[in-house]
Amino acid sequence: MSENELKKTPLNEVHRALGGRMVDFGGWDMPVQYPAGVIEEHMRCRTRAGLFDVSHMGEIWVEGPDAIAFVNRITTNDVTKLVDGQAHYSTLTRETGGVVDDLLVYRFGDEKLLLVVNAGTTEKDWEWITALKKDDENVDLVNASADFCQIAIQGPNACRILQELTDSDLSAIKYYHFENGKVDGVDAIISRTGYTGEDGFEVYARPEFAVQLWNKLLETGNYGDSEGILPCGLAARNTLRLEAGMSLYGHELDDDITPYEAGLGWITKPAKGDFVGAAALAAQKADGVKRKIVGFEMVEPGIARDGYDVYVDGTKRGVVTSGSPAPYLKKNIGLAFLPPDFANVGQEIKIDIRGKHLGAVVVPTPFYKRQK
Amino acid sequence: MSNIPENLRYSKDHEWVLVEGDVATVGITDYAQSSLGDVVYVDFPRVGDKLNAHEAFGSVESVKAVSEVFTPLTGEIVEVNDGLNDSPEAVNNDPYNAGWMIKIKMDNPGDADAMLSAAEYEEYLEASA
Repeated sequence: MSENELKKTPLNEVHRALGGRMVDFGGWDMPVQYPAGVIEEHMRCRTRAGLFDVSHMGEIWVEGPDAIAFVNRITTNDVTKLVDGQAHYSTLTRETGGVVDDLLVYRFGDEKLLLVVNAGTTEKDWEWITALKKDDENVDLVNASADFCQIAIQGPNACRILQELTDSDLSAIKYYHFENGKVDGVDAIISRTGYTGEDGFEVYARPEFAVQLWNKLLETGNYGDSEGILPCGLAARNTLRLEAGMSLYGHELDDDITPYEAGLGWITKPAKGDFVGAAALAAQKADGVKRKIVGFEMVEPGIARDGYDVYVDGTKRGVVTSGSPAPYLKKNIGLAFLPPDFANVGQEIKIDIRGKHLGAVVVPTPFYKRQK
Repeated sequence: MSNIPENLRYSKDHEWVLVEGDVATVGITDYAQSSLGDVVYVDFPRVGDKLNAHEAFGSVESVKAVSEVFTPLTGEIVEVNDGLNDSPEAVNNDPYNAGWMIKIKMDNPGDADAMLSAAEYEEYLEASA
């Protein structure tokens, strides 16, 4: 795909001006890193603040008297438990229990929900969701992805920086809650969510305000100072989420992987009533999974990468789904599928790293947990 | 713009060599390190190993990916930069000095003359950009 066919966020020119190295990410022209580099970006987000353009994510409005019942019927988490101003993590599943996508569900009112889905799957999700809507379900679906920019500010200083630009009392917004407010005078959804394992916010606004908000957040965060905010690219976004033990669609999740296998039983509620995939998931819960995602860290020097085989006592037992150096932990870590018999913490495994079987051990996840 | 020292020779695989007598010091170029991103791990062969030109002699891993590095010249390894085991970031910070990788005693010291000059390498980078 040539560059001019790639989709661009409203911040594309800004990324280039900042020296961002642009790559094709699921059809989007996105910065993989800026001149500071992935390690510095990662560390700054852990210790100060990082700024992320996540405008490529998809947004779908679900409105109408049956909005809650409809989303409850197509996702695994229990939407009836949400209150206004609250969000939760969930998955869209097939009848087989395989995951169409993972997503956030925001409740704006008892007849208004917002679904935030992955960039590369937005079109697939839209087709999936609209096809599931029955004629007698009173809901309106709107693919509003082009109506939003989304900027994430994450890290220990994120709240203080964002607070300087808004009259909303951020300390009153709890984790996985949100409110409609203004940031730098611009109408915005201010959501205390993120994908880094840090405290922080995701700010949604009209796309024409993206550049203003981005630059104001950099300025307020003292970008350029050695202790200031740094823009972070996709590479740091990946290492941050991996240290935090979070799933990435296409790696720990896909159409052939169930939420139970991915360790997402906590957002899977077969008892809530019927939903797409409920029967398959209830059966799997009763029978037990045949493979599950585990965290591991390398014991011998070497870096596990996605797709590498995992061996136990000379027999191939699984595969690495995500592997990388962990810049903050200064270890080489990864997530892998293993059968439950070999998935216990402390299990010694070998990773086939380009022909060399190097030692690793199963460890608890998340690898990194911030001090509260 | 990439830093391309005048006194070195270059390969299309983005290695540089510094020739001193029949010994060539080999590393990767500023362009190559910039493309890789932060280098966190290197894996090189041992002193005494024989290498053929264009053969992969080791790997360099960044946070994002692993890349093979190729020897542009045929010969025997006479020295390996062990300092990179503890400080792989030197490949990024100082690719033409502290970031050197191996020294090869060339079978045919004239081979390096066939490699790209700084000006030719710069043209090659511009053409492939």
